[in-house]
Amino acid sequence: MRPIREIRTSAITQTVSQLCQEANFSLGDDVLQALREAKKEEESPLGSQVIDQLLKNAELCQRERLPLCQDCGSAIVFLEMGQDVHISGGDLYEAVQEGVRQGYKQGYLRKSMVSQPFSARLNTKDNTPAIIHADIVPGNRLKITVMPKGGGSENVSRLFMLTPAQGRQGIIDAVVQAVDEAGSNPCPPIIVGVGIGGSAEKAMMMAKKCLLREVNETNPDPEVAGLEKELLRRINALGIGPQGFGGRITALAVHIETFPTHMTSLPVAISFQCNAARYKEAVL
Amino acid sequence: MKIIPITSPLEPGIIEKLKIGDQVSISGVIYTARDAAHKRLVQSLDEGEKLPFDLNGQLIYYMAPSPARPGQVIGSAGPTTSSRMDSYVPRLLAAGLKGMIGKGSRSQKVRDAIKEHKAVYFAAIGGAAALISKTIIKAEVIAYEDLGPEAIYRLEVESFPAIVANDIYGGDLYQEGKTKYRIGL
Repeated sequence: MRPIREIRTSAITQTVSQLCQEANFSLGDDVLQALREAKKEEESPLGSQVIDQLLKNAELCQRERLPLCQDCGSAIVFLEMGQDVHISGGDLYEAVQEGVRQGYKQGYLRKSMVSQPFSARLNTKDNTPAIIHADIVPGNRLKITVMPKGGGSENVSRLFMLTPAQGRQGIIDAVVQAVDEAGSNPCPPIIVGVGIGGSAEKAMMMAKKCLLREVNETNPDPEVAGLEKELLRRINALGIGPQGFGGRITALAVHIETFPTHMTSLPVAISFQCNAARYKEAVL
Repeated sequence: MKIIPITSPLEPGIIEKLKIGDQVSISGVIYTARDAAHKRLVQSLDEGEKLPFDLNGQLIYYMAPSPARPGQVIGSAGPTTSSRMDSYVPRLLAAGLKGMIGKGSRSQKVRDAIKEHKAVYFAAIGGAAALISKTIIKAEVIAYEDLGPEAIYRLEVESFPAIVANDIYGGDLYQEGKTKYRIGL
């Protein structure tokens, strides 16, 4: 039997605080590499100039520890908690919230959360509450991923409950239409996450989670990888281009996750990640 | 590519010279306002109250910055999605506003109002927020402080980079760009 491992809430708070800051100040090497390649491939001079500015911005932010975007996002926090972990020192979720509070304050990050969404819309002033998704997994570790998610890209998320008859072609049509309608708003070049199958909320969750995959790391299932490739080709034929000014590179990648679904259903969820594709993770 | 220097408030005659795709470099004073501030500005106009700044000839930048670190003028300061402000725009243009800076395409109504009132819409690069912040040399909150980052800031800018996205001739950079690079599959 594996021994129970203890993790203190103070360590969780400190880690979340650091992850909030690091994620906002630096892009992953995979994203930077994808942007560099996109700059070479982009035929539109204006589009290529936009990507160049994004790369210069990323360099500056890394050097001076500045937020890549003024929209430092909602703090979306994914926890993968080993079933042999024991949390001591307080409430796990409160420890995460405190980490967000400290990280956004210490990092001079913008606080964007408002309470009473359809009425007063009062800024909570510390970017809490974070949106926390927790999974129980085997083992005695706690993996924490912080994804600061900007409003511009989140606002164009879509969910389609297709019929089984619509099938593969229906999925292609739905995703391409969603990207076309989103146009310039999610700050292209984007990364498109697609969740296929499960239930409505499962599909949405998969769409969001596959944005955490390294850019251009394909789905291990060749059939799904084929659909990723075809969707990327179709999306980049739309001509939206960097910032929507026209061009070849609208998306850097399409990531798909699938799950078995009910025999009457074909849920398709689409999540968009902007060019500041930010997330950082740590394992305690 | 040629960059056109522009001063804000806009000088008479400059708007006629601007065409979509032109790159400009803006220097002078601009004001920030977003969703909540727009709602209040239009309410004030409806009630005949004085606005917190004179709209005539002015540019509004759709932006809410991240906080400044000690010694910084302002934090990261890139544009937000403009279409959320679309419903307020015709009213503000009719009241003297001359232009807007933001990101993303505008509604037909806004494009028509830009033509009618001889105004301009500039796109700044969403995601280049720290680079843009280096062109802001002074920043102060002048109204609606309770809105936090969404308060109205008066900004002094020097060589703020932008691209003409909608002009008085009905041109639309987003539409034109997409049509040019679209491939029928």
